[in-house]
Amino acid sequence: MTDFTPTEMMTIAAARELSNDDVCFVGIGAPSAACNVARLTHAPDITLIYESGTVGTKPDVLPLSIGDGELCDTALFTVSVPEMFRYWLQGGRITTGFLGGAQIDRFANLNTTVVGPYDHPKIRLPGGGGAPEIASNCGRIFITMALSKRGFVERLPFVTSMGHGEGGNTRERLGLKTKGPTRVITDLCILEPDPETKELSVVSIHPGVSRERIVENCGWPIKFAATVIETPAPTETELLVLRDINARTKKAHEGTGPGKEAA
Amino acid sequence: MARIMSLAEAVAENVRDGDTVAMEGFTHLIPYAAGHEVIRQGRKDLFLVRMTPDILYDQLIGVGAARGMKFSWGGNPGVGSLHRFRDAVENQWPRPLEIEEHSHAAMANAYEAGAANLPFAMLRGYIGADLPKVNPNIKSVTCPFTGEVLAAVPAIRPDVTIIHAQRADRKGNVLIEGIVGVQKEAVLAARRSIVTVEEIVDELSPPSPNSVVLPSWAVTAVAHVPGGAFPSYAHGYYPRSNAFYIRWDEIARDRETFTAWIKENVLDARPEDYARHAETSAKVA
Repeated sequence: MTDFTPTEMMTIAAARELSNDDVCFVGIGAPSAACNVARLTHAPDITLIYESGTVGTKPDVLPLSIGDGELCDTALFTVSVPEMFRYWLQGGRITTGFLGGAQIDRFANLNTTVVGPYDHPKIRLPGGGGAPEIASNCGRIFITMALSKRGFVERLPFVTSMGHGEGGNTRERLGLKTKGPTRVITDLCILEPDPETKELSVVSIHPGVSRERIVENCGWPIKFAATVIETPAPTETELLVLRDINARTKKAHEGTGPGKEAA
Repeated sequence: MARIMSLAEAVAENVRDGDTVAMEGFTHLIPYAAGHEVIRQGRKDLFLVRMTPDILYDQLIGVGAARGMKFSWGGNPGVGSLHRFRDAVENQWPRPLEIEEHSHAAMANAYEAGAANLPFAMLRGYIGADLPKVNPNIKSVTCPFTGEVLAAVPAIRPDVTIIHAQRADRKGNVLIEGIVGVQKEAVLAARRSIVTVEEIVDELSPPSPNSVVLPSWAVTAVAHVPGGAFPSYAHGYYPRSNAFYIRWDEIARDRETFTAWIKENVLDARPEDYARHAETSAKVA
């Protein structure tokens, strides 16, 4: 077995969730890496959509922003931002939303807005962007973020985008027909909401990771499903594809742009 | 009819202290040169509107030109925080910043409502999210046909919208292609508009009949500022400088390095200085 890092395992496990049939709204960062690894391995026909309006994009390097020129150059078509959010997202055409976040709670609600009170924040984060409506309008949501006590918290200071709300049938009560978060892929394990309570529980543990380490890195007393499997280790092909795209990306981002000083 | 004039004249005539100003461009075609001219002319008490206030609004906030900002995502894309924005919100430096925060979907709908001369926009949005609790401008409306309750936000009607585009012809008709973002809506929603362009040409000759064209009679001023979108990009002219976006993190982290950068690259610079970015990139490409 080839050596791999927890982050590589996370990206590859996230990539495996996707298939050729997915029409996927891609968040920047970890979700973008996972979606493109899927496209370059087992899901070559997946439709990747970025909120800049690029539909069916096939970037050769991972974009730094959601609107890099590479996304438009390689897209099947590009629409305006209002059309993106109105016709394609709100119109119900997108099967899967892939999000990351700064903080998550046990019902897969996400915070990317503030730490501390909204009016006097200790840390002002970027905010929601497309996430509030991605979370409610996509058929289902995958979330990928590293497991840590700072990130997986007992109580969110702010709900930027709703997952399963207060648990149970919150989504149905609010009139939503979409599934919400169905999988949370971390660097140590994979979580799924309990079918009834919607509380996230561990369903798959990555190779070499102990249950204790998962418990220690989660900010709430995390539950394990009745059946927990071991996540299959990354294959050589998966690792090769991920490392290649990361290397191409690093080179491109550091090298792009003229001159040393901006005007 | 749009008048073709210098950037300095366009800003002097169309941007006033206290104005609600939208500078749009969704990653692509961000009007940096025009924003810097606004800083150079010392405009103050602006209410800034922009879906993704990235480096450009970090700069306007950092110099104290803004009293408030309406936005939906305030970060340095793929890099991290906007440190000047954070300093204003967390520490009120250099002055307090009133914020009105929305989601992308709401902002896009609100621009479209402004362009359509409607008072508000509605969307199936904010469900289960906390923003409506902290932003009194997010309300709801009930569909008179189905009874469905939808989110409602006021239309965006800027005093002036500023954008950058690839080309204009000599009459002032403007062409935008690539990632077209929300610029058409932002211009049509505004009372006045300034468009900076890479080139002024005899004929627009759009390579695709579906390019976005803003007719001269819907635009107030056009200024020729090659390289004016740097460090964002102009599709077909020069690429995004991801390296600069990464480096901004370091420049903006500290008040002194930020202020020194603004002096050297904005206050002591001229719109013509942008041309080198277009030229260098053309050679690289």
